[in-house]
Amino acid sequence: MVALAAVLGLVAAGCGGVGASPGDAPNALVTMGFGLPDEHATARVALFREANPEVDLRIVEGAFDEQQFLSAVAAGEPPDLVYAERRKLGGYAARGAVESLEDCVREQGVDVGQFREAAVRQVTYQGRVYGLPDFAGVRLLLLNNPVLREAGVDPASVSTADWDALTALTDRLARRDGSKLQRIGFDPRMPEFLPMWAAANGVHLVGDDGLDVRLDDPRVVEAVRFTADLVERQGGWASFKAFRDTFDQFGAANQYATGQLAAMPMDSWYLSTLAANSPEADIGVAPFTDREGRPVTELGGQAWAIPKGSRHPDAACRFIATMTATETWVTAATARRDALAAAGKPYGGTFTANRAADERIFREVFDPKGNRILERGVPAVLALQDVAFAVPPSPAASDLVRAWEGAVNRVLTGGQDPDEAMAQAQREAERALKRAGGR
Amino acid sequence: MAARSVTSREARAGWLFLLPWIVGFLAFTAGPMLYSLWLSLTHYDMLKPPTYVGLENYREAVADERVGTAMWNTVFFTVLHVPAQIALALGLASLLRRAGRTAGFFRTIVYLPVMTPPVALAALFLLLLNGQNGAVNEFLSWFGFTGPNWTTDPAWIKPGLVVMGLWTVGSTAVLYLAALTRVPLERYEAARLDGASPWRQFWHVTLPGISGTVYFTVVVNTIASLQVFTEAYAMYFGARAKQSAEGDAALFYVIHLFQEAFGSLRMGYASALAWFLFAVIAVVTFVQVRMSRRYVHNEGERP
Repeated sequence: MVALAAVLGLVAAGCGGVGASPGDAPNALVTMGFGLPDEHATARVALFREANPEVDLRIVEGAFDEQQFLSAVAAGEPPDLVYAERRKLGGYAARGAVESLEDCVREQGVDVGQFREAAVRQVTYQGRVYGLPDFAGVRLLLLNNPVLREAGVDPASVSTADWDALTALTDRLARRDGSKLQRIGFDPRMPEFLPMWAAANGVHLVGDDGLDVRLDDPRVVEAVRFTADLVERQGGWASFKAFRDTFDQFGAANQYATGQLAAMPMDSWYLSTLAANSPEADIGVAPFTDREGRPVTELGGQAWAIPKGSRHPDAACRFIATMTATETWVTAATARRDALAAAGKPYGGTFTANRAADERIFREVFDPKGNRILERGVPAVLALQDVAFAVPPSPAASDLVRAWEGAVNRVLTGGQDPDEAMAQAQREAERALKRAGGR
Repeated sequence: MAARSVTSREARAGWLFLLPWIVGFLAFTAGPMLYSLWLSLTHYDMLKPPTYVGLENYREAVADERVGTAMWNTVFFTVLHVPAQIALALGLASLLRRAGRTAGFFRTIVYLPVMTPPVALAALFLLLLNGQNGAVNEFLSWFGFTGPNWTTDPAWIKPGLVVMGLWTVGSTAVLYLAALTRVPLERYEAARLDGASPWRQFWHVTLPGISGTVYFTVVVNTIASLQVFTEAYAMYFGARAKQSAEGDAALFYVIHLFQEAFGSLRMGYASALAWFLFAVIAVVTFVQVRMSRRYVHNEGERP
């Protein structure tokens, strides 16, 4: 308790900074939430360094940590740039934790119109742009064709339109041995895919203004009840989740290669992971649909933003403009393709929020090398990108996500029924919006 | 010999030696505590100056559904963890005492796990306690038991964390070992002459002889358990994919406090939560102190 009080006091007093320290050179440009895992990052960073030799760019590698970021801004020691989930940017803008990029966009001549509309909406708060979108992924169904065929199911018949049929399919595909699961038939990917299941049932969790939350809408409750039932039929959340935790998701012994999973909706980036690790796997790709059979998908990804108190907003602006420019993306995609080719691997393209960049990448750089996963999956992703929806920005974005994910978790674990859980989530969300000044 | 009175020069020297600690205490403990007490009466998001709201944060804490859940989880964990930790530590210390010349080696072995960083421990136990293929359940299956889903079943998450907490039992065991060696051997001889069984010897000789140490470890472990945070946070809240994916079963009080402070930037509310926990710990410790007068035999007193 004493230590905790001390920590609270010290952080409030200004000891939580992750930005440049007073001892740093005046030209040090510090980033947060960004890493250099592959050529998409390294090639783009190299372009900026080449064009701006006077800037001492410091990439502080590691995942974005919201708590660390907000504490650093509050302490007056923020990084110069931050790379964060787009759906949370509205909350940071409402709190004044990030700066508007209106001037930056104008000075750098950035054509905001070339970015995907849903991505731009996510970084726009009260009519002002607070970030520039980076990658952009969608969600779609990935099917384990051999498992489906072995169970006598035609992969082409798998659809999320008919929920009764999906329940029957799940029963047919799941395999258990006593208390132990041997195969998941259909994984609804809850709670993280709730916005998509709700949209499939005809309702968006958050209205366009970011203030109208509908977590207790009967259609949301029905989606939660249905997906929780799918999990329950496969042994219940405890064994379902424990089994899923054993998957070698990023390795050669992944759940598709080992037959531990028959089908699930998944983020599009996973196609490249599967293509690299299980090039021979027979993976089917289909759109996730609403109950009328129309494709429904959520657009997600990150954005670059400049925190309040950034010491070098001009250099930060140049960096952001460079990283998201069409030419930069094409250069990075080419570097990525060449690196994969050197390792004998296919290149499945790069899905960005920059429509102009994607058009060139998939016309000039894309090289699947005959990989079945990419040849099936990439056209499906491209077809979905411009029909995708995105959760609109909200002044209480993080609290809303925490409220609905917490509610679904309580249902999955048997702690509450869906009506009760979503009603509680609605109350929590409304309180958060009121605190954030949105209500 | 009559005690010599302390001269003013000695007193000054004493205060001088104490000065670094006093300055440190005021600057790094008392000062932040008072500041957090003030913050608990405000709305403060760190981005704007605090605004005074009186007792509103405390009223909200009383009505907060998650505070109730978090407090229940924390008390449940403490009630399981403290007795388990003390019983196992005492058992290990008793075995170590009989180890003779090899005691030093085994003492090192028992203490070594305490050196494991908490986050590494959390990652390790997520694997060991997995209900489908974890080593703990594999071990139980050798004896014909079907182990539970320790890390995903809300009913077993807290017991699983208690099991994980026993990994660091070595620090308490070392304290008990030191206490056991101070119990006079003649008391055991007298008890044996009176025909006392090993159990009666433990109950009437060992336990009174080490009751001061038991009291100390109960108080310290209770306070630590009521502030449990690192391992549970790393296992169930640290990575986004793990964000409370098992419901609120691992939502301990300090985790809720941390989320409010650094997730929602509600420093005023978090400070109120911190002072509420301080009050709970103070009451629990007060009760333990009162009970100790009846059950604890301090050194120099007759057991």
